[in-house]
Amino acid sequence: MSVVVMERVVFREDRCKGCEVCIAVCPQKIIALDSRINKLGYRSAAVKDQEACTSCGLCARVCPDAVISVYRPARPAKPAPAGEGRKAS
Amino acid sequence: MSSIVERIPVYEPPKSLSDVSSHYCPGCTHGATHRIVAEVMDELGLTDKAVGIASVGCSVLAYNYFECDMQQAAHGRAPAVATGVKRVRPELVVWTYQGDGDLASIGTNEVIHAALRGEKITVIFINNAIYGMTGGQAAPTTLIGQKTATTPFGRDKSWSGSPIHLSEMLALQEGAAFIARTSTHNPAHLGRTRAAIKRAFQTQLEGKGFSLVEILSTCPTNWGMTPVEALKWVEEQMVPVYPLGIFKDWQADGARSPAAAGAAAKSAKPAEGGK
Ligand SMILES: Cc1ncc(C[n+]2csc(CCOP(=O)(O)OP(=O)(O)O)c2C)c(N)n1
Ligand code: SF4
Ligand code: SF4
Ligand code: SF4
Ligand SMILES: [Mg+2]
Repeated sequence: MSVVVMERVVFREDRCKGCEVCIAVCPQKIIALDSRINKLGYRSAAVKDQEACTSCGLCARVCPDAVISVYRPARPAKPAPAGEGRKAS
Repeated sequence: MSSIVERIPVYEPPKSLSDVSSHYCPGCTHGATHRIVAEVMDELGLTDKAVGIASVGCSVLAYNYFECDMQQAAHGRAPAVATGVKRVRPELVVWTYQGDGDLASIGTNEVIHAALRGEKITVIFINNAIYGMTGGQAAPTTLIGQKTATTPFGRDKSWSGSPIHLSEMLALQEGAAFIARTSTHNPAHLGRTRAAIKRAFQTQLEGKGFSLVEILSTCPTNWGMTPVEALKWVEEQMVPVYPLGIFKDWQADGARSPAAAGAAAKSAKPAEGGK
């Protein structure tokens, strides 16, 4: 059975000002500034390794610009009923 | 066969915070504090019954960032405007958002008399030890030795006196029901700031009197630091000068004398819990 990978930490990158406060606080050290420049003119913060995120929420709680939302997975879902399974692989 | 893993929100931006980009500098804690005020408004269901009073300073445009009704007051006069709104519409929750230049300099008189009168308003007081908006001049809150545009060699006590401890002063007033000082320098302290703001709004909801939370904050731009360095500066330089804690709490200090409350504040633990 495969599992659809879920993003634990989501950045509204057009709101980010590249202040690096989230980078400093992340215990997993998985946040980095992207090489692209967003429409505000800053390099936005991003997480590449979503698997390494523990959903601790610290980055979202320090962000001055409400850029970040954090999620955690629910209990592993029951197998989808036949015929209703989305993204079957 | 595959399974969809449902995701549960751990943190999402509060609904009481407007869905717009702010004008604040990168890393400025005005932004985090706005978010926290909005979180408390969400939690207490105040969005449709709160009126915020913006002041003069970098947060002059705060009226653009909250989903509750907002008004903007002349420099230092937010407590007077809040007094008017609250007395005319006592069922509303009225709060001001003021910097240290606004509240502790040009508006010192206003906030002291609002506390003396026991106005049932809530003041969010942003102490960043500087006039941010106007280019980094010294404020009454500037630390001894701190370099600013108007103290290029550092604030000299013999010339311009010592940092003002407004929370301690206000806690001595009978009309003050809840007075606390918190900080923004890490997630734990942001959590305590949130708890204190909640307690301040509850103080008003219960009609107990004047409430104020002084929040140690950054101004990376005018301090000439990165945002991360600025947070460290709050922790290492500001907190020792401005002790954190609850200086007055109608729930805990009801029977104590103001002097005892003041003395207790020195050793008081920061606000905890959410009740
Ligand atoms: C009557 C009046 N005097 C002076 C000013 C100039 N002025 C604008 S903001 C400000 C100080 C703002 O500092 P603070 O309240 O600490 O806010 P911050 O920008 O640091 O958040 C001053 C002196 C003014 N706008 N109006
Ligand atoms: S939720 Fe925690 S682990 Fe995940 S990116 Fe944010 S700070 Fe890092
Ligand atoms: S704390 Fe927020 S604004 Fe600052 S870099 Fe991280 S996501 Fe961007
Ligand atoms: S000048 Fe200072 S207080 Fe004003 S927005 Fe910039 S960092 Fe914040
Ligand atoms: Mg200031």
